[in-house]
Amino acid sequence: MSGLVYYSSTSGNTHRFVERLGVGGVRLPVDAASEPPVMDEPFVLVLPTYGSGDGKGAVPKPVIRFLNVANNRDLIRGVIAAGNTNFGTGYCLAGNIVSQKCAVPLLYRFELLGTDEDVTNVRQGLERFWTRSH
Amino acid sequence: MNMHAKPIARVRAINWNRVQDDKDLEVWNRLTSNFWLPEKVPLSNDIPSWGTLKPEEQQLTIRVFTGLTLLDTIQNGVGAVRLMADAQTPHEEAVLSNISFMEAVHARSYSSIFSTLCLTPDVDDAYRWSEENEFLQRKAMLIMQQYDSGDSLKKKVASVFLESFLFYSGFYLPMYWSSRAKLTNTADLIRLIIKDEAVHGYYIGYKFQREVERLNEAEKQEIKDFAFDFLLELYDNEARYTEDLYDSVGLSEDVKKFLHYNANKALMNLGYEALFPPEACKVNAAILSALSPNADENHDFFSGSGSSYVIGKAISTEDEDWDF
Repeated sequence: MSGLVYYSSTSGNTHRFVERLGVGGVRLPVDAASEPPVMDEPFVLVLPTYGSGDGKGAVPKPVIRFLNVANNRDLIRGVIAAGNTNFGTGYCLAGNIVSQKCAVPLLYRFELLGTDEDVTNVRQGLERFWTRSH
Repeated sequence: MNMHAKPIARVRAINWNRVQDDKDLEVWNRLTSNFWLPEKVPLSNDIPSWGTLKPEEQQLTIRVFTGLTLLDTIQNGVGAVRLMADAQTPHEEAVLSNISFMEAVHARSYSSIFSTLCLTPDVDDAYRWSEENEFLQRKAMLIMQQYDSGDSLKKKVASVFLESFLFYSGFYLPMYWSSRAKLTNTADLIRLIIKDEAVHGYYIGYKFQREVERLNEAEKQEIKDFAFDFLLELYDNEARYTEDLYDSVGLSEDVKKFLHYNANKALMNLGYEALFPPEACKVNAAILSALSPNADENHDFFSGSGSSYVIGKAISTEDEDWDF
């Protein structure tokens, strides 16, 4: 297994999803002004989608800062996005944007806190994913 | 009597440059950038399509929209206003005033649909129906009871259930018509409402959770028990409301799946786990697709065969500060 990096705002929704996965993870600073961590092993990024569906501001600023570090971009292997189907075409848009910008697969999408089924799917999916990549 | 014993509390001006909770500013920005009015949607393009609906389908549609209007009216005039009394920050109060106003815009939108598509006597009949329908009246009564309870947590639970759950027996129908290429402009308008409701449910659920964090374990359990009991009470009524409306067109069971799916999301907005099992929440693919066109595409890696994956579709919108 390799790493997990995630962003969760003060709402803590994504944080709780990652906690339920039980595989650990590095939480990005909530404050966009803080220095982002620099990773030294491959990782999957978990992030929520912001904004209202038109794409502007969909990726949280601290995630952008984190991915602006070339080293982090070299090590990202996949992305998992949270969202809400109420936003129509904007559903989990942050995942699509990161996937496209970093040329990594969009591994999974879930809504809000994620259901137990989502937690199981992601846990098993990550296991298979890292086994195959090494 | 000493008139100076109790100094009058000072009135303070709101300062958006000193925000105690960043979420207030974030949600304010999200809501104001979402702002819209029904005039933006070319509803009159739906006139030919409206004419293809059978009389009973037209009646169902008008009734469904009247029911939604009733909920928006409550949320505009009572729900958001009662929540303001509990606001922890002046910014929260300002966000709630935006929510209240947008609920008035939603309620107003249904009248725009009616005046564009429908005959006045048919609409008058539906308003009469909404005042007489026992399930619609009961759902309004159950929510109003909590708004009158004076309990800041129960009010928030009621508000999230209204915005994230009770609307969906109504929202189903325009999504259904849209999936059949009918009333597509009306559906566009409803999608704007659906987006707003998602932000409202998220924000009020967020404030609920911050308040719950300050409770002891017994109190936390008590409000959680209340929320689940209340959801089931509302669900029981909602299932009957659904049958009353949709049995005649044979859609009740399909609508109920949509209800289960959204009830789970309402609970998640409050920070609670889903209640309805996955098999009860398998929303008709056509409805889900009408709501979110790429949501059920099997294009994520873990759900697919894993033999291939699709990199997200090209996105034209970008943040200026992506500098790599």
